[in-house]
Amino acid sequence: MAHHEPQVIVLPPDKEKIKKLWRVALILLLVTMVEFIIAFTLPHGPSKTFLFVILTIVKAGYIVGEFMHLRYEVKVLFWAVLVPMIFIVWMLVAFVYEGTKIVTY
Amino acid sequence: MAHSTAAVSHGKSVWDGGTSPMGVSYGKLMMWFFLMSDAFTFSGLLITYGLVRSSNPAFVGPVKDFFFSTTHWPIPEKVYDAIPFVHGVELPLVFVGFMTFVLIMSSVTMVLAVEAGHRMDRQSVEKWMLWTIVGGLTFLSCQAWEWTHFIIGSGDGTPMAEVLNGQWVQHMVQGANLHENQYGPPAFADFFFFITGFHGFHVFSGVLFNWLIYYNTATGVYDRRGHYEMVEKVGLYWHFVDLVWVFVFTFFYLV
Repeated sequence: MAHHEPQVIVLPPDKEKIKKLWRVALILLLVTMVEFIIAFTLPHGPSKTFLFVILTIVKAGYIVGEFMHLRYEVKVLFWAVLVPMIFIVWMLVAFVYEGTKIVTY
Repeated sequence: MAHSTAAVSHGKSVWDGGTSPMGVSYGKLMMWFFLMSDAFTFSGLLITYGLVRSSNPAFVGPVKDFFFSTTHWPIPEKVYDAIPFVHGVELPLVFVGFMTFVLIMSSVTMVLAVEAGHRMDRQSVEKWMLWTIVGGLTFLSCQAWEWTHFIIGSGDGTPMAEVLNGQWVQHMVQGANLHENQYGPPAFADFFFFITGFHGFHVFSGVLFNWLIYYNTATGVYDRRGHYEMVEKVGLYWHFVDLVWVFVFTFFYLV
């Protein structure tokens, strides 16, 4: 049988969508730069760690929501992915708290 | 999803079958659930790092007076302060910042490949997949250098105290391995190897998947199939790898 190249209709680029993706990338880079500045200007301590956690969650939100498109999926999928993350938060709080009670020296 | 082959019919009830209640194909849904399990694995590693770190004493005093010792946990910016080809200059976290930049950019090229796939634009998918592969390989090369630098060590090494036959003895330690390292408690290097290694292996397998997608695109597999959903599935995986790095960057290098 001869090779039949399938008839493919190529659509033009969605300029608006591509612009939005680059904007998300810019936000991610800016937040990373802010994290960098904080790392060398603020003194070490719980408030600095808290600030880092907030900025990290902002970045994670943009990656999962926009790049992985989760924000635009149906609500069942959205919550099916997000709700189990509660276990991670609990694990983090419990383990780090326990860690401060273990004396290695 | 305009070009999905998954049958999404609108029956009377989702319980009648033949519908996709979550609005995505089987493959994409399974990728999401796999990534969730992978998120738990990485959380386990990072949280254990937090546990061990918070159980070790932190360095007390101004950062400039910091010194390496097994008696306190190292400050990351004092460990990762070198970049290739530049000797004796302290550039804390600059190299790892560059690695973060590379991975975020490769995530952008990946999502552009997905966008091109929606439009059945084979040439653009090829172009963006290649850029994504280049980004992944750049990241892996950077990591190879960072590991080498970490393992070989810098300076004259650090005098480390350990208990030998019931006696505290001091000996010089240069570089790092799983048993001891010049930066701090042995667990510090262990976590470095396990966490960045496990992530690096994800990047490595991601590059292989990306290559497979590029190959299939270039040979017209997805044009014949009528949709580019495989680009989306592997795209989810690649974004997840970027997502994990965001957390590793914060909890391993910044905090």
